[in-house]
Amino acid sequence: MFKRSVLVTLAALIAAALAAGHASARDYISIVGSSTVYPFATVVAEQFGKTSNFKTPKIESTGSGGGLKLFCAGVGVSHPDITNSSRRIKKSEVEMCEKNGVREIVEVKVGYDGIVLANSKKSKTYALTTKEIFLALAKQVPDPKGGEKLVKNPYRTWKDIDPRLPEVKIEVLGPPPTSGTRDAFVELAMEGGAREFGWLAAMRKSDKNGFKRVAHTIREDGAFVEAGENDNLIVQKLEVNPDALGIFGFSFLDQNSDRIQGSLINGVPPTFEAIADGDYPISRPLYFYVKKAHVGVIPGIEEYLAEFTSPRAWGEDGYLADKGMIPMPEEEREKFAADAKKLNALQM
Amino acid sequence: MSNGSEKTIEVVKRGLGRRYRVEKRFRLYGVLAIGISLLFLALLFASIIARGHSAFRQTFVKLSVELAETEFDLNDLDRANYQGLIKKTLRGEFPQVKSRSDKKALYSLVSSGAAFKLHDLVTDNPSLIGQTVEMWVPADDDVDMYYKGYISREVPEGDRRLKDNQLVWLDKWQAEGKIEKRFNTIFFTAGDSREPELAGILSAFTGSMLTLVITLALSFPIGVAAAVYLEEFAPRNRWIDTVEVNINNLAAVPSIIFGLLGLAVFINFFGVPRSSPLVGGLVLTLMTLPIIIIASRASLQSVPPSIREAALGIGASKMQTVTHHVLPLALPGMLTGTIIGMGRALGETAPLLMIGMVAFIVDIPQGFTDPATALPVQIYLWADSPERAFVEKTSAAILVLLAFLIAMNLLAVILRNRFERRW
Repeated sequence: MFKRSVLVTLAALIAAALAAGHASARDYISIVGSSTVYPFATVVAEQFGKTSNFKTPKIESTGSGGGLKLFCAGVGVSHPDITNSSRRIKKSEVEMCEKNGVREIVEVKVGYDGIVLANSKKSKTYALTTKEIFLALAKQVPDPKGGEKLVKNPYRTWKDIDPRLPEVKIEVLGPPPTSGTRDAFVELAMEGGAREFGWLAAMRKSDKNGFKRVAHTIREDGAFVEAGENDNLIVQKLEVNPDALGIFGFSFLDQNSDRIQGSLINGVPPTFEAIADGDYPISRPLYFYVKKAHVGVIPGIEEYLAEFTSPRAWGEDGYLADKGMIPMPEEEREKFAADAKKLNALQM
Repeated sequence: MSNGSEKTIEVVKRGLGRRYRVEKRFRLYGVLAIGISLLFLALLFASIIARGHSAFRQTFVKLSVELAETEFDLNDLDRANYQGLIKKTLRGEFPQVKSRSDKKALYSLVSSGAAFKLHDLVTDNPSLIGQTVEMWVPADDDVDMYYKGYISREVPEGDRRLKDNQLVWLDKWQAEGKIEKRFNTIFFTAGDSREPELAGILSAFTGSMLTLVITLALSFPIGVAAAVYLEEFAPRNRWIDTVEVNINNLAAVPSIIFGLLGLAVFINFFGVPRSSPLVGGLVLTLMTLPIIIIASRASLQSVPPSIREAALGIGASKMQTVTHHVLPLALPGMLTGTIIGMGRALGETAPLLMIGMVAFIVDIPQGFTDPATALPVQIYLWADSPERAFVEKTSAAILVLLAFLIAMNLLAVILRNRFERRW
């Protein structure tokens, strides 16, 4: 008796699995991609699900690269419709998409994310330049004695870099190399700092890879601590250790402004307005990409685009701004909203 | 002779004190080890409970919403501007608020879920239109955090999530008894949300349960069948030895590997829908199978050979011996092993990462092929959210998960104590 019922269940399950394998329709939008865009895309998805008759889209947090890989794998219900990205799609990825039959992709830029360097409110606010950030964190820096020579980073305290900075040991908590925040930080802050040296800037033109090796390699002698992908953890550690600085997204500073403070970069504080105006140097654009072939096949894609690009979502007073996303200037918003409406395909 | 024996006793006596001391010290080390682990366990529980207990209560605001007939089209109740009605009610509470930014600050005191609640109330009971309804709506997460003591008034206004004017309005409400902390039913009845005050664990919990149903339905019969064959019927040869070694090795394989396998085989080859409890259950089946097989074999081994010999002796076939005598006696042990395997499956996140179950799921999954996530994944996603109110939600979800794991282990213990036969 027992055995028979087990066999019946087993058979039923296998049948269900096979039937599911042939399921053709999907009635919800499938979104993958960046963990930086995830907190914003989910807000839109939730609003969309609650205010429309469509199902709430499913959003996976896979990272930008992982998301684009899934997105470009092919056309059809088993592949995602939209991928979020905290960087622009690369040419190689567009080619990979084309090879797999994903030809028309609609690009929508949604806004900006600021990356902040923050410390505990118990200590003083830092005012840093990108050059100082580069000198504090690069594995190899130009010889302090002068000359076009690289030496192993000799700086122990901030004061060693510039006498106006405090005599505090350099200790920066940041994300691991797999993180998009780390990529953007290295590209904007470190590279920006490295370019301040004339001969390194010249090297950038002559030996691009050599320059990147210098600017992108972060020191491994304990001054930079890889604190994992969880930004909340970095915030907690900053509270316990007032001497340390942490690198994370603006929304975490926004939520914890009673405990931590953002450092001024090149004289600009990381405020909502400064990032929106583009004065604050370390901010990156956020995007999502839509598979045009799926529009009309999967219900709700056009309506989801309309919700995301509506002023009440991504506008200056929209709910995304409340969540810490920095909106684009109005003209840019209009351009991308029009592109999204007409489903203009991306031209590389 | 007597001299010699006296000597031995003296030697023993001389060493006795030292031997007792060694034993005492050894026992002390043992007690110390247990003490330290208990201390850590207590610390873990204390910190989780200290952080999580506040999530079970939630701040609510009482609003008296006037449902004027002019606001509604009786044929299409969905189209009415419920958000607008809530805003109007709030403006009515504080008529002195005029500027745009102040209005925005006022509106942000109650959760955006208030409009959905009003919508549900009206569509369920259209006869309310024309009346003024009193309803308790969830407060915004910042307000909730303030009443739970996580936001301090001492902090300068610029660094505070709640501004001075908002605190004045809240004080007025509190004086009028319009603010109350109530049991947080939303936490148990809602799916995930990006608004902490509206977020719940039901979608993740349902996802976990659906996944476990698949896992149990597949891994128990397959595991038991494999164990019975290997233990009772299989010939002793090199081929079977290889299988046994491999099963033991599989039990130690990191779970993420099973996720990769699931992605390659179930999703890419068989086309099972991504993010569904079906594929999650299949992957976790692979993971729990070796655990169940090993536990079941141990349980079969503990059935004494005399039972088998007696059955065979009175003329039962090998098959009858196993199904009528050995299996029923071994079953309690097998069930215990299965429940422990299920417990492990319930707490697993790594393999689910590969098959798309680390996802934002608002709708409660209705079947095995709907997109779903699992409880531990929900904890991971909340822990990564910037909003401070998610800290307590994370801990509360951990408490729920722990409660389930403890319940499952308790069930295993009870089953073992009730049905286990000692020989």
